[in-house]
Amino acid sequence: MFFLVLKRILLGLITLFIVSLITFSGVEVLPGDACTTYLEREAYGAALEACYERLGLNTPAYERYISWAAGVLQGDFGYSLSGEMRINDVLGPRVKNSMVLASASILIGIPIALLLGIITALWRDKLPDIIISTVTIFSMTIPEFISATLLILIVAIWLEWLPGIVIVPTGVSISELLPNIILPVIAISMIMTAHMARMVRSSVIQVMASDYVQMAILKGVPYWKMVFKHVLPNALLPAINVVALTIAWLLGGVVVTEVVFNYPGLGRLVIESISNRDLPVVQALAIILASIYVSINLIADLMTLMLNPRLKSLQIKK
Amino acid sequence: MTFEKEQKKNNLQKIFEVIKTMASKPSGLIGLSILLFHVILAITSPLYAPYDFKAIDPTLMLQAPSSEFWFGTDSLGRDVFTRTILGGRTALTVTFFGSLIALFWGGSLGIFCGLVGGKIDDVVMRIIDAFLSIPWILAMLLIVSLLGTTTLVLIPALGFFYGKGIVRVARAATHDVIAKDFIVSARARGHSNLSIIWNEILPNVRDAIMVEGAMRWSWMLLGFSSLSFLGFGVSPPTPDWGLMISNARGLMSFAYWAVLAPIFGLSSLIIGINLTADAFAKALGIDRSTKAPV
Repeated sequence: MFFLVLKRILLGLITLFIVSLITFSGVEVLPGDACTTYLEREAYGAALEACYERLGLNTPAYERYISWAAGVLQGDFGYSLSGEMRINDVLGPRVKNSMVLASASILIGIPIALLLGIITALWRDKLPDIIISTVTIFSMTIPEFISATLLILIVAIWLEWLPGIVIVPTGVSISELLPNIILPVIAISMIMTAHMARMVRSSVIQVMASDYVQMAILKGVPYWKMVFKHVLPNALLPAINVVALTIAWLLGGVVVTEVVFNYPGLGRLVIESISNRDLPVVQALAIILASIYVSINLIADLMTLMLNPRLKSLQIKK
Repeated sequence: MTFEKEQKKNNLQKIFEVIKTMASKPSGLIGLSILLFHVILAITSPLYAPYDFKAIDPTLMLQAPSSEFWFGTDSLGRDVFTRTILGGRTALTVTFFGSLIALFWGGSLGIFCGLVGGKIDDVVMRIIDAFLSIPWILAMLLIVSLLGTTTLVLIPALGFFYGKGIVRVARAATHDVIAKDFIVSARARGHSNLSIIWNEILPNVRDAIMVEGAMRWSWMLLGFSSLSFLGFGVSPPTPDWGLMISNARGLMSFAYWAVLAPIFGLSSLIIGINLTADAFAKALGIDRSTKAPV
């Protein structure tokens, strides 16, 4: 068990190492570097030399990679180009804002998804399933920016219930932020819930068709006792991984949603830093987002391991 | 010769039968008809577009829908109906060719990895995992902002990023096939690796790869329109739904028609492709319901 956990963590670290190599060499290989893109037309002569000197771009690539990676390992991402600010200071409040948005969406989304998934599976092909499944298919196929735009149009402009756009400064406290995030949370959790509900549905249906559930029915176990004791524990286990992948996949969708609602989080920073051609910030964002992805997957793996008694005994035997 | 001809005929028959099975269910029929409608619209719309898509007229700004302008006009006085029926052309072309590229490189790398196995397979899968963990949007935005937003950049870039998932599917499908007896006997007969891939493996993994490719198509369309929406896709004044939505969004409280028309166009196309891909998977007997959207 211990070695298995260690192996998973090690694999995650290797993945992150490759990500850092990819982002670093990607920026290196693509035409234009931080200085030429930042200075644009003035990128010649003394100004270019000074910029190279300032950023240390005149040293060989591998040396820069090593010093950059050493900084990242100590939690220091260096300086951004445009504001001459420490990237850590730029990132801090953004990470917090995005975490608030994401955790609110997950806290609301997961219970609803479980409920909907179980309902649709137990009433498979009946009216509740048909209605809920149609709605979930629609909300998961339509792009985030469309559902977000429609939400603003209907709720904020036509019904005038909520403000359509978030107008808070980046460094605002959580209590001030919360009333502003209702629409973004609805937009994100709608898509997430739809994906997860479908996974839970198919997982529950699979377990319901298995022999031991048939046996339980034949034995005369009360229906709801059977559902809660025999079906759900087995059905939700494989769903954990899928839920993790869905959350990780949403990282991309959150970028778009944040832009639609003008929300001051990591997503908008992605767009801003790319528009400003602030490559050091882009690199930092790539590493951070990839670490989130890797750690969510790692947590899901470990949870599956811990919750699955069969895997545990298998490891002990070894 | 006659054998080959017969096989060709059988292939055609098989395609025909798959389409028939797809259309036999209402969701498949709806999906196929929406997709067909959009493809025909994209090919023929320049022939009957009522106005010039880039003709700016300040006197006609933000007109409500009327008999003259069916879907109204946008903030630059351009006809929304014209731009909406033309708006899917770039998206469909880019994502179609992008999907073909994704299918080709993802499929071949996946089959290769599944076939060789061992160290090479491990290393390649690690790299693919690493690529999967970088959010696609960040990588796409970086590439597009450094290389420009022409279709010649967008098609290979999208094809590359959406092919990663296909590698895994193709690899898994190859793994399932490779232990079967007919592969072992083909090896025993002394067939080359290439001939085994072409004659034994490909026919058995083709369905899984094609279903994955169809699914990727709809996600790629979603990605492409998100890029356009963010201002990193096709450049104005090219009519494109994502771009139209992002332009009309600011004035949505005055002119909702300018935003609803492209929303309807894009949503219906994505739903159409999704329903078609689902029906395609079911017709080929492949269960995708437990797969996560990676």
